[in-house]
Amino acid sequence: MKIKDILKKLDLQVISGHELLDREVSGGYAGDLLSDVLANAIKGNIWITAQIHQNIIAVASSKELSGIIIANNRKPEKETLEKSKEENIPVITSNMLTYEISGRLYEIGVR
Amino acid sequence: MKTVVHKAPSKTQELTYELKVKQVMRKKVITLKPDSTMNEVRRILRDNKISGIPVVDGTRLVGIVTIEDLLICLHEPEIKGIDEKVKNRMTKDVATVYSDEPIVRVVGKFDKTGYGRFPVIDRAKKKLVGIITKGDIIEGLLKKLETDYHKEENYTYSVSEIFKDLNSNGCILTLIYKIKGGDFKKAGEQTSKLRKNLLKLGFSPETIRKVAISAFEAEMNIVIYTPEGELIAKIYPDKIVINTTDMGPGIPDVEEAMRPGYSTAPDWVRELGFGAGMGLPNIKNYTDEMTLESEANKGTNLSFVVYAH
Repeated sequence: MKIKDILKKLDLQVISGHELLDREVSGGYAGDLLSDVLANAIKGNIWITAQIHQNIIAVASSKELSGIIIANNRKPEKETLEKSKEENIPVITSNMLTYEISGRLYEIGVR
Repeated sequence: MKTVVHKAPSKTQELTYELKVKQVMRKKVITLKPDSTMNEVRRILRDNKISGIPVVDGTRLVGIVTIEDLLICLHEPEIKGIDEKVKNRMTKDVATVYSDEPIVRVVGKFDKTGYGRFPVIDRAKKKLVGIITKGDIIEGLLKKLETDYHKEENYTYSVSEIFKDLNSNGCILTLIYKIKGGDFKKAGEQTSKLRKNLLKLGFSPETIRKVAISAFEAEMNIVIYTPEGELIAKIYPDKIVINTTDMGPGIPDVEEAMRPGYSTAPDWVRELGFGAGMGLPNIKNYTDEMTLESEANKGTNLSFVVYAH
């Protein structure tokens, strides 16, 4: 499933990386501990987090994640968006909480 | 030459749109005048190993005479046709292509007509400027593919060849990165630079991922716990050795620090998602060798090795 397919099914807002939505999503990972994500997320995963600072981009690019969904209506910091463009990581936001986003993604087949 | 339409266009198909007729056509065209004879046609076809000759009146294309026309002459009784003028034997309604058309259009035209060649006309000047065959197209595509390939390969090639080009018994490339403590905004930047360099050097994605994760954790440790530090990456052709040093408080109990979940990070650091007590265990997991030396109040010296795949 591609990021753009997820966008069709879930109410999410793309904040940056509009040109990267053709990316294939291999599954998902949810977590706010960066080391945990570094250790356990898998290449191509979409990452759901509450963190908004720019280090999430470094984590996502180190693990070659397909994109980041920021939960709970939080907005990424300015530097995060700049970094996301440099590193080609799409950043998406949502009103839903991490738990709900994860559940919905799982439901539509992101596993 | 059939144009096969795939869902995702191949590089070659993409090139047939990109390349223009004028880039692959033959500019030196052998031509004949309408009053030339078929005997001349025979001589020219034989001497030049070609199969068709455009006929021009001044600069204007008025026809084409081909090997088929000649064969017909030769099969006539007493071979009278051979002395006839070209203008009576040529095809007057000539299929042509324009010099600014993309190759893909010409490929289609070859398919549809079954002709072996097309005279090329300059659209503005209405004048014959070249001739194009299927062979010319294949040659043009191959040349273009080769140039593109070299362009893509050249950069990675030239950097990774450092190891072979410098005459020695072995070569180690050393990259030094300074890390400032407490600067969370910049945390991860040095690792990001290192990662890009490893990409340029042509290491495999898996090798780079292992190095990037471990270096990121090491960099974070310096940012979180120390005033400043340094990350030195020694790059061998077959492995990457990373060494970090810092002027920090040191780790009182190294064994305890290696235990997953053990952390001395303050709350505000944890809130940012760091200090989960997984940094050092992560490094251990993702590297092939790791050593950690630390002395209280003197700093920490961490090194790890990732072998290239």
